[in-house]
Amino acid sequence: MLPFCVHAQRDAATVLAELRDAEFDVKSALIGELESSSDHAVLALLKAMLAGDLYYLKDGGRPVLGSVSDEGVVVRDALTGEQAGVVDKRELKKFTLNNTLREQLRAVIARLSLNSNDRAMRRAAVKELIGNMGETQAEQVRISIAAEKDHEIRSLMEIAIALVEAGSNDEARQLSAISKLSDSLEPAALARLKQLSDGGDGEVSQAANRAIAQIEGRLNLYASAETVFFGLSLGSVLLLSAIGLAITFGVMGVINMAHGELMMIGAYTTYVVQLLMPNTIDYSLFVAVPLAFIVAGLVGIGIERGVIRFLYGRPLETLLATFGISLILQQAVRTIFSPLNRSVATPSWMSGSWEINPALSLTYNRLYIIIFSLFVFAALLLILKRTALGLKVRAVSQNRQMAQAMGVRSGWVDAMTFGLGSGIAGVAGVALSQLTNVGPNLGQAYIIDSFLVVVLGGVGNLWGTFVAAMSLGVFNKLMEPWVGAVLAKILLLVLIILFIQKRPRGLFPQRGRVVES
Amino acid sequence: MNTSPSQYQSILARLYSSDRGGRILLQILLALAIAVPILNLAVPEGAALHLSTYTVTLLGKYLCFALLAIALDLVWGYCGILSLGHAAFFALGGYAMGMYLMRQIGERGVYGNPELPDFMVFLNWTELPWYWYGFDQFWFAVLMVLLVPGMLAYVFGYLAFRSRVTGVYLSIITQALTYALMLAFFRNEMGFGGNNGLTDFKDILGFALHEDATRVALFVITCVVLAAGYLLSSFIVRSKMGRVVVAIRDAESRARFCGYRVESYKLWIFTFSAVLAGVAGALYVPQVGIINPSEFSPLNSIELVVWVAVGGRGSLFGAVLGAVVVNYAKTFFTGFAPEVWLFFLGALFIIVTIFLPKGLIGLFDQVKEKVLAHRRAGGGEAGL
Repeated sequence: MLPFCVHAQRDAATVLAELRDAEFDVKSALIGELESSSDHAVLALLKAMLAGDLYYLKDGGRPVLGSVSDEGVVVRDALTGEQAGVVDKRELKKFTLNNTLREQLRAVIARLSLNSNDRAMRRAAVKELIGNMGETQAEQVRISIAAEKDHEIRSLMEIAIALVEAGSNDEARQLSAISKLSDSLEPAALARLKQLSDGGDGEVSQAANRAIAQIEGRLNLYASAETVFFGLSLGSVLLLSAIGLAITFGVMGVINMAHGELMMIGAYTTYVVQLLMPNTIDYSLFVAVPLAFIVAGLVGIGIERGVIRFLYGRPLETLLATFGISLILQQAVRTIFSPLNRSVATPSWMSGSWEINPALSLTYNRLYIIIFSLFVFAALLLILKRTALGLKVRAVSQNRQMAQAMGVRSGWVDAMTFGLGSGIAGVAGVALSQLTNVGPNLGQAYIIDSFLVVVLGGVGNLWGTFVAAMSLGVFNKLMEPWVGAVLAKILLLVLIILFIQKRPRGLFPQRGRVVES
Repeated sequence: MNTSPSQYQSILARLYSSDRGGRILLQILLALAIAVPILNLAVPEGAALHLSTYTVTLLGKYLCFALLAIALDLVWGYCGILSLGHAAFFALGGYAMGMYLMRQIGERGVYGNPELPDFMVFLNWTELPWYWYGFDQFWFAVLMVLLVPGMLAYVFGYLAFRSRVTGVYLSIITQALTYALMLAFFRNEMGFGGNNGLTDFKDILGFALHEDATRVALFVITCVVLAAGYLLSSFIVRSKMGRVVVAIRDAESRARFCGYRVESYKLWIFTFSAVLAGVAGALYVPQVGIINPSEFSPLNSIELVVWVAVGGRGSLFGAVLGAVVVNYAKTFFTGFAPEVWLFFLGALFIIVTIFLPKGLIGLFDQVKEKVLAHRRAGGGEAGL
């Protein structure tokens, strides 16, 4: 920051008032004075001035920031930022500039933002400069780089300078700039290198070609990393939708075709929760997850007590009856909420993405869903392996009579197990509501996939489900760029069908006598 | 196989005398095949007894569904293979017939291209894909109606049964099969009309499809084919092969240990059933005038299972009865309150599986037995 100014510091409003009708050379001095002002609004103000968005009202001379809309120009006070209504374009007048002033403004803006105390602001400033920087700004960056302590911003600055230097006439400088650029993944760097490589067969263009090859190699690497990430995120959605099923189908041997609709119930629970707490969307998911678990779990217990318990030992009939339940649930949702899709808001902490580097950024919602699915999976494993309920569930699934003889209320355990599986379906629905539209057909889209995951993994084996879900997800996403989304899905289905021929009991089959019964 | 004609006759006669449901069905079909043409063509429009062409088409549709239900009943009711993808064979048969009808449109399409169907012109295709060759010939289309579903079922069944995929696993992969086919047929690049499917048919074998006489003829043909399909199926289930198939349903391992090649029996009944389903689809398409990928949707296959469950699986007559009853209910409900239909269908699934494991036929038998028992008891008292 510049320490002091010669004359007593005047506030920005006064300077702006003077700036309005001053001669161009006076304006230049006044802009200099604005730069040294400590007012925080100055940077935005100068940017607006450069962009031509800074006006003053003809009546009264108040400086305003305007943005043109259909009804007129929406204006805000230039210094306080407070709304000042909509005015007609004719009531406004622009602050006039010439090219010298524009150049000066650019330098001042670069200086102010590069020297800001706010790290995010400095970073944004450098990012903005990369690729569209003139010699004036480059000069500023060269000065600021010495004072910059943050490693990431420093390297960004170096790239910004290298981009300018690559265009210079001095071959040595160009070469050093190229070697700098070859480490960068900024799209601007690649574009500039491509320009240089077209230049002929000189040393510069050869160096540029090498650098391009290097960058593209790394870009490919990151692109495949991204594909794997997408695959894992798809896999975790599959995992979420399939582990509930792995319990009801795998542990209890019940084919629950209404599983998808239990997920739909979870998604609609999220929708209702958000309707009830419209002002605190950011926290809605923390309410929705347990609530969806409870709602879907209760519905599941209802299904088990009302229908499924009459059909134990008759898997095909269970399949049909639960399919009937799924139709009823779907139609109920259509009647209550309308057949149209409902959109569920994404909390602010889940939107946006984590930019690891310019070539690789991971969206937060997918990232959180991967973490969430792992969490749910771990919780489920804990419940089954470490709690009394889990012990009873495993006992009943292995030998019902023996468990009953030991005093386990098998009916109660069945209801609880089914409730647990259904509750997890509900939780999966909450996660899905963050990825897709919430509609009556939400469940149908996932039910076949979920069954295939469970069957592929091996029935009654949670780890198998985990491996199957993740590998299906990654495989699907790896195929997609080659053959397209729909064909990838078809191929996957065909491959699974073939796989089941080869290993009818899945990747990790259960062994022992239980299998054949 | 040196069965003389008289022996065939005796088989037919035995079949006819032992199967009361079949007798009723054949009589009804005969009555329909005679009455419908008269009521539609001879009775003037506006007369009380006139049967509208709409109703004829609707009845024809029910009969196609009945044939499809017989096909499913063969594998599910008699062999215990619950296929959740049987509508796929129906749709494939339908597509084969649809392709023939498409080629018959010729220059009368919107774009007037003599060779290519409209949707191909629309996609800027310049020549007919190889798999459309031959479909301008009726005999070829009919061959494909039989071969395509049959081959698919054979290959799929060969793989599945050989590796002993049974029970729910088989159900789920058949569902995956029809789902994959649906996704594939939705793609425009497949060359089957994508989303819209095949439609706007003009004529079949030179007869205009919009004419009442053609519709009635199609209806009568459907009656005949259904009767033939019924007789053939009931011949199969009463034959030695049918007995083995039932044995496989009831105790697969035991049948295998007795020395029967379970896989082969399953494979043949599955393939035959798929062919039958394909024929039903081929009869269905010219009557309703459209075939699109939604016919492959897993829901259709499952609805089909419910027809058979409602009627009574393990009884061919029950399958026909279920198909007609459920579809009539569907027409009835979707007519005045579409939203009620899915509630009704869902409830039907649950009620039938819990309370009527043998379907309506089982219910009749139960009632009959009760009445007989009552009469016997009553008769006994009267005798005292």
